[in-house]
Amino acid sequence: MEVTLQHLTKRFPASGKKGKDVIAVNDFNVVIPDGKLIGLLGPSGCGKSTALNLLSGLLKPTSGKIFFGDDDVTNLPAENRGVGLVFQNYALYPHLTVKQNITFPLENRKGKDKLTKQQMSDMALEAAKLVQLEGLMDRKPSELSGGQQQRVAIARALVKMPRILLLDEPLSNLDARLRLQTREELRRIQRETGITTIFVTHDQEEAMSISDLIIVMKDGIIHQIDLPQAVYDSPVDLFVAKFLGTPPINVFEGYVKGEKLYIGEEAVLDVPGVVDQPVTATIRPEGFVLAENGALTCNLNRVEVMGRDISVVSTHPLCENESIRSIISAENIAQITGDKVRFDLKEDKVFLFHKETEQRIEF
Amino acid sequence: MDFEKIERAARRRKLVMNIITYVLLSVWAVIVLFPFYWMVLTSVKGYGAYNSEWIPQMYTLSPTLQNYVEAFTAVPLGGYFTNTVIFTVITTALMLIVTVLAAFAFSRLHFRGKELSFTLFLSLMMIPTELVVITNYVTITNMDMRNTFAGLILPSVTSVFYIYLLKENFAQIPDELYYAAKVDGTSDLKYLLKVMIPICKPTIITITILKVIECWNSYVWPRLVTDDQAYFLVSNGIQEIRENGFGRENIPAMMAAVVVISLPLIVLFLLFRKKIMEGVSRGGTKG
Amino acid sequence: MENNNRKGWLYLLPAIAFLGLFMVYPLIDVFLYSFEEGYNFASQTYLGIGGYNYGYVLHDPYFLQALKNTFILVIITVPVSTGLALLISVGLSSIKKVRELYQTIFFLPYVTNTLAVGLVFMILFKQTPYTDGLANLILSWFNAGPVDFIDGPYWAKMFVLCLYTVWIVMPFKVLILTSALASVDEIYYNAAKVDGTSKFRIFTKITLPMISPTLFYLIITGFIGAFKAYSDAVALFGVDLNAAEMNTIVGYIYDMLYGNSGGYPSYASAAAIILFAIVLTITCINLLVSKKHVHY
Repeated sequence: MEVTLQHLTKRFPASGKKGKDVIAVNDFNVVIPDGKLIGLLGPSGCGKSTALNLLSGLLKPTSGKIFFGDDDVTNLPAENRGVGLVFQNYALYPHLTVKQNITFPLENRKGKDKLTKQQMSDMALEAAKLVQLEGLMDRKPSELSGGQQQRVAIARALVKMPRILLLDEPLSNLDARLRLQTREELRRIQRETGITTIFVTHDQEEAMSISDLIIVMKDGIIHQIDLPQAVYDSPVDLFVAKFLGTPPINVFEGYVKGEKLYIGEEAVLDVPGVVDQPVTATIRPEGFVLAENGALTCNLNRVEVMGRDISVVSTHPLCENESIRSIISAENIAQITGDKVRFDLKEDKVFLFHKETEQRIEF
Repeated sequence: MDFEKIERAARRRKLVMNIITYVLLSVWAVIVLFPFYWMVLTSVKGYGAYNSEWIPQMYTLSPTLQNYVEAFTAVPLGGYFTNTVIFTVITTALMLIVTVLAAFAFSRLHFRGKELSFTLFLSLMMIPTELVVITNYVTITNMDMRNTFAGLILPSVTSVFYIYLLKENFAQIPDELYYAAKVDGTSDLKYLLKVMIPICKPTIITITILKVIECWNSYVWPRLVTDDQAYFLVSNGIQEIRENGFGRENIPAMMAAVVVISLPLIVLFLLFRKKIMEGVSRGGTKG
Repeated sequence: MENNNRKGWLYLLPAIAFLGLFMVYPLIDVFLYSFEEGYNFASQTYLGIGGYNYGYVLHDPYFLQALKNTFILVIITVPVSTGLALLISVGLSSIKKVRELYQTIFFLPYVTNTLAVGLVFMILFKQTPYTDGLANLILSWFNAGPVDFIDGPYWAKMFVLCLYTVWIVMPFKVLILTSALASVDEIYYNAAKVDGTSKFRIFTKITLPMISPTLFYLIITGFIGAFKAYSDAVALFGVDLNAAEMNTIVGYIYDMLYGNSGGYPSYASAAAIILFAIVLTITCINLLVSKKHVHY
C-alpha cells in the first residue's frame, strides 16, 4: 500500500497560558512507496511518534491529508484504518495468553468478515510461525523475555493482514545483542509479508542497517528523504550531516576564496564553482588521509588503536567538536610522530554548508 | 469502502455515547443531591406551611429561619454539638499520639519481639468492632464510666489501620537522615517531632480527617454508653429528636437540626476535598 | 541493646494498653460469654458452661427475622451498588468536562451523618395524616400507590432500606473504581483501538479483567459491610427495629445488650460470633472464587 502525506500538520495547544503551541509535525509531504521498509529517524522529541500516531489514526491531524493508496483516510478513526501498530513497550494484554493476544484483533471482525474459531487459530499459528513463536502459544506475557514479547506484539499486528505496519521504537527495549538479531528478523518478516512498514527510531545505525528508505526529521520538519547510503553520503543540510555517522562528523569554521576552501590560513581543498563566502565545512572521520605535507595541520592528541583501523584524535582551533576524530588504516601508524599531524582531505567526504541557512553547497 | 459513511457513523456513535454518559451521570447527581436539597428546603419552610402541603412543594416562596431557632432552643442541639466537638477533638488527639508513637516504634526502633508484635497488630485489623463492643460495654459499665466522656472516648481511640498506614509512611524516610541526626546528638523523640512528623504531614493530615469523620458520625458506641442527654453526641441527638423531640410532627425543625449537624463535615469536605478522597481511596472504609 | 528494647516497648505502650483493654481482652471475653449459660448481668454470675446461648439465639424468631433481613439486604445491595458504581465510574472516566464537579457531588454521601440523612429519606418516603410524601407523589404519576414505605408492608420497607444503603455505600465504590480505571494504561486501549475493537469489547475483554482485583476487593468489603448493616436501618425505622420487622443481625446484638430488651450479653455474644462466622465463611468463599477469576 502506497502511503501519501499531503501538508500533514499536527499542532498541540500550549499547555500553560503563556506557552506557545507545539508543532509536532509540520507540513509533511511524503510519498511512501508500496512494500518498502521505511525508517523514520530523528532525535527524541522531534515529533516522530506523533507522525506515527497520525498514521495509525490515534491522533487527528490539525490540517493536511493522509492517503492509503487512493483512499483518503485522514478522518478515519483508528478502528477503521486497518493498520498494524507495535508499541514501544508492546502493550500486550497481561491477562491473555500469547495465542489470545494474537487472535484478539481477529475476534473483532463482525458480519460477513467473521471468522470461525478454526480459521482464527490457523491464522494465529501462521503469524506465530512467522515470528518463530509457535511453541509459546499458551504462555502469559509475563512469562516471556523482552525479545519474545516483542515478537508477540509483531505477530498481533500482522495477523490481521494490515494495510500498513507501524512500529514505534521497536528495538529500544531490547538489550544490545537481541537488538541486532531482532533487526534482521524485522527485515526478514517485512520481506516475507511485503507489507509497507514504517518504523520510528532515534538510532541511526538501526535505521541505516535495515531501511529501504530513511526519513530524517527534527522539530517537526522533514530534513531529508533518501536511501540510507545517500543520507550518509550526501546530506542536504548541516543537521543531517551531524546527526548521522559514528564517530560524528567533524565540523570546521571555514571560508571559500577563489574556489578554494580555507580553514584558517590553510587552503585545504579545491571547491570549483563555489563563490567566495564564509562556510561551515564538515569532514567525515574517514575523509582524512595522512600526508607529510598535508593541507590541514592539527595538534595531535593521541592515537587509539582499533585493530584494522586506528583513530587519530587531534584538535584544531577552528573545529567545533571537542576533538577531531579521523579513521585511518593501521598500516600508516608509523607516519605519526611529533605533536602535529597533517592531513589531506578526500573530496567526497567533505561537505560545505551555507553559514546561515545551513543548506548544502554543492561543488 | 465508503469512508464518509464510516466517519459519520463513528462521529454519531461518539455523540450518542457522550449524551448517554452525561445523562446517566446527571441522573445520579440528582439522586445524590436531592436529599440535601430537600433537607435544606424543608428546614426553611414554616411549620404551618409544611403541614398544609398535601402535595409536597418543590420550592418555597416564604423561607423562614424560625426552625433553626427552634432547633437550638426546643432541644439541646447546642449541647449535642459541644459534646461531639469535645469527643471528636480529644479522641482524634489521643489517637494521633498513640498512633505516632506506635508507628515510630515499628518503623524506626529495633527491639526484641518487634516482628511478632507487628504481625499481631496487623491481625487485629480483621476483628470486627461488633465482636468487641459487647465486652467493652460491660467493662465501661463496671468501671462506672457510663455517661462520662472517658467512657465515650477511651474505647474509640485506637485504630490499627492508621498505625499501619503511618508506619508504612515512616518507613519510607531514608535511614541516613536518622543516622545524621544521631551523629548530631539528636534524641529519638526530637527526631520524631522535628523530622519524621513534618515529612509525613500529608499522611497525618489524612488520618486526622478520616478520624474526625468517623468520630463525628459515630452512633453505635455513644448510644450504648450514654442514656443521659447531657452526654449525647449529634447522631444520638438526632435519633432522640426523631423519637421524642419537637413532638413528632415538627419536621421542618427536625430538618433544621439535620442541616446543622451535616454542615460541619460538608464544609470540611469541600475544604479538603482532594486530601479526603485520596485518604479514603488509600483504604478507608465507612464505619 | 537492652536499653533500646525497653524504649521500643515504651513507645508501643499506649497502643498496647488501648488495644489490649478494648480489643484483645474483649475478643477473648466474647467467646467466654457466649458459652456462659444463664449469665446474670447484675451479679455477674452464671450457671454453667455450654452451647445453650447459641441454641437460644438460633431459635429466637427476632434473630431469624434479623438474619433474613440481613441476607436480603446483602443479596440486593451488594450486586446493585457494585454494578451501578461500575457504570458510573466508567461514565466518569470517559468524560473530561465537569468531571471534578461530578466526582465531588458523588462523594458527598460519604461525609454525611448516616442518621441525619436517614431522617431525610424517612420523610421523603413516609406517609402521614397530612401528606403521602414525595415518593408517593411520584408513584401517583404512574397511577400507583400510595404505599407507606416506613410503617407499611415489608417489601416497601425493605425497598427503602436497600435504596438508602446503596445511596450510602456508593461514594466509596465509585471513588475506588474510578481510580482503578484511571490506573489502566491507556496504551492497551490504543492497541485495541488500532485493532478495530468495539467499545463494548474493549470494556469486557480489557477493562474488566484489568480492574478485576479491585472489583473483587469491593465485592468482599461490600459483603462484609452489608452484613454489618445497622445504623441505616435505625435512621429509617427508629430504634425499635424488632417491632418494625426491620432488625439486622447487628441490631439484634445491640438490642440484646442494651435498651428495653437488653441485659443479655451472653446472647449478644453468641449472636456476634454467629455473625462473625457467617462473614468469615462468605469472605473465604469470595476469596476462593476470586482466585479462580482474577487472572493476575
